[in-house]
Amino acid sequence: MKEIVCISGKGGTGKSSVVAALSWIAKDNLVVADCDVDAADLHLIFSPLPRKSEDFFSGVKAVIDPAMCAACGLCADKCRFDAITKSDAGYRVLPLDCEGCAYCYHLCPVEAIRLEEQNVGQCFLSDTRYGCSLVHARLDIGADNSGKLVAKVKHEAQALAKTEAKDFILVDGSPGIGCPVISSLSGADAVLMVTEPSLSAHSDLARLWELIQKFRIPAACIINKADINPRITAGIKTWLMHEGIRHLADLDYDQDFQKAITAGKNVVEENNAKWQPVFAEIWNAIKEIR
Amino acid sequence: MRIAIASGKGGTGKTTLAVNLALKLAESSTTLLMDLDVEEPNGGIFIEGQCIVTIDARRMVPFWQQNACNLCGKCPSLCRYNAIIKLGDYIMVMPELCHSCHACSELCPVNALPMQALPLGTLKHQSLGKLDFVESRLNIGLEQASPLISQALSYADKHFAGHDYQILDSPPGTSCAMISATKTADYAILITEPTPFGLYDLSLAVETMRHLGKPFGVVVNRWGIGNSEVLDYLKRESIPLLAKIPHAREIAIAYSQGEILYQAFPAVDEALNQIIKHIEAAL
Repeated sequence: MKEIVCISGKGGTGKSSVVAALSWIAKDNLVVADCDVDAADLHLIFSPLPRKSEDFFSGVKAVIDPAMCAACGLCADKCRFDAITKSDAGYRVLPLDCEGCAYCYHLCPVEAIRLEEQNVGQCFLSDTRYGCSLVHARLDIGADNSGKLVAKVKHEAQALAKTEAKDFILVDGSPGIGCPVISSLSGADAVLMVTEPSLSAHSDLARLWELIQKFRIPAACIINKADINPRITAGIKTWLMHEGIRHLADLDYDQDFQKAITAGKNVVEENNAKWQPVFAEIWNAIKEIR
Repeated sequence: MRIAIASGKGGTGKTTLAVNLALKLAESSTTLLMDLDVEEPNGGIFIEGQCIVTIDARRMVPFWQQNACNLCGKCPSLCRYNAIIKLGDYIMVMPELCHSCHACSELCPVNALPMQALPLGTLKHQSLGKLDFVESRLNIGLEQASPLISQALSYADKHFAGHDYQILDSPPGTSCAMISATKTADYAILITEPTPFGLYDLSLAVETMRHLGKPFGVVVNRWGIGNSEVLDYLKRESIPLLAKIPHAREIAIAYSQGEILYQAFPAVDEALNQIIKHIEAAL
């Protein structure tokens, strides 16, 4: 089983469009995992029908019982996240600021603080109109456990690929290089980077690549909207060669991409004659990355 | 006045709007631009000012003092992030999992876990006329963006409280980093694009702003691609539409090479005027 993670550093470079098109090509032999858990979009194209949904619990938040609180202020004083405030009604925990470290719970001299388990999202295992299974999730607002939910989605996808005897897992990752991206890279076999020819995207790609190298995962790159700035595209290609990253394809800016998304389709469905050969070739190349 | 620029979806034009809005405001008012997309900061590609100061941001992490430790085993059971493990007669601290809560350190009965400062990232302050620009950049490999965002905002509170405007360029998404970047703002501008992806992620960002009780309005970027469902959504939800920025290949090209847009494209300038008018009226 081979796990391929599609990421970009910068948002909006076309990760999800690429994942949707590749999934369509490889639909008989893969499980798809949407690990962009705080802005998951693949469900808008895959029309998933959940056959299993599960609440995701992770971490705790502190709650102060006003009837027991002696108003000593020790908890507010020691909280490093400024998550405890005092008002006329007494001390109170601000749930969006509480990181669930439980320091206050251990400190409170009158045991007025309890810890509540947090349901921070949901994870879905779905059938799709593509035929392949999709594992996706919904992280609750402001939740600080995106990395753990990503790990959960990946774990479910791995189990599914095993029972369904599929050879590939294709992961749609988050923008950035922080907690959810690090979690999506953990245990991956190959990385597909999708970039675009802008100074911002190149800078983001370089930071992402520095992170990927810590994991020693082989990577390949697609330059999307390559014709928007041929000079920067050429610069990115030189950089890829220098870094030993395989350049898989240049995709020119094409309205088919927007049209497909707007119609809830992938770009191969939108224009099979044009895009089927392109993405079939990309998929064949990705399979060989090691 | 502190204005956060945010979006659920990435790549919808947050930095473009933040940079152009800040530069335009700075033509007549003291303005601070903060790049809080600490994982992938790009504001510096568009703004070249005079560097005032570069600050190494640090975070506090426990450091095990073997000779002081009595191996009581309290610290691994206290840590909610599994950042401390006891292996036989050895205590292992994993800084990448630590949230700097200080619980293990301050509750250790024999003071065997003093906190020490580890690198977190950098804050870089530049100045350009009436504009102050602060970029915050997280060290690669670190998972938590929020501590650096908080430090950057403290820097803003300390040095720029008197500025007429503070523009915050936030990270994408709706999770903790985006909340950290927007929660102290007086007003939020959510920027989206008129596609189903853009609309869905906008709805998540809207839910987040409502949860925070934050006044906000929406800018639709790349108007002309996709469809007009986003306008129906805004109407249905009674959300103010601040401006539409048209889609144009020339704008995409100018952006790609790090150019400022509003002086070259009257449509962008007009959109900024509308946004400023809306914000002034809202506050």
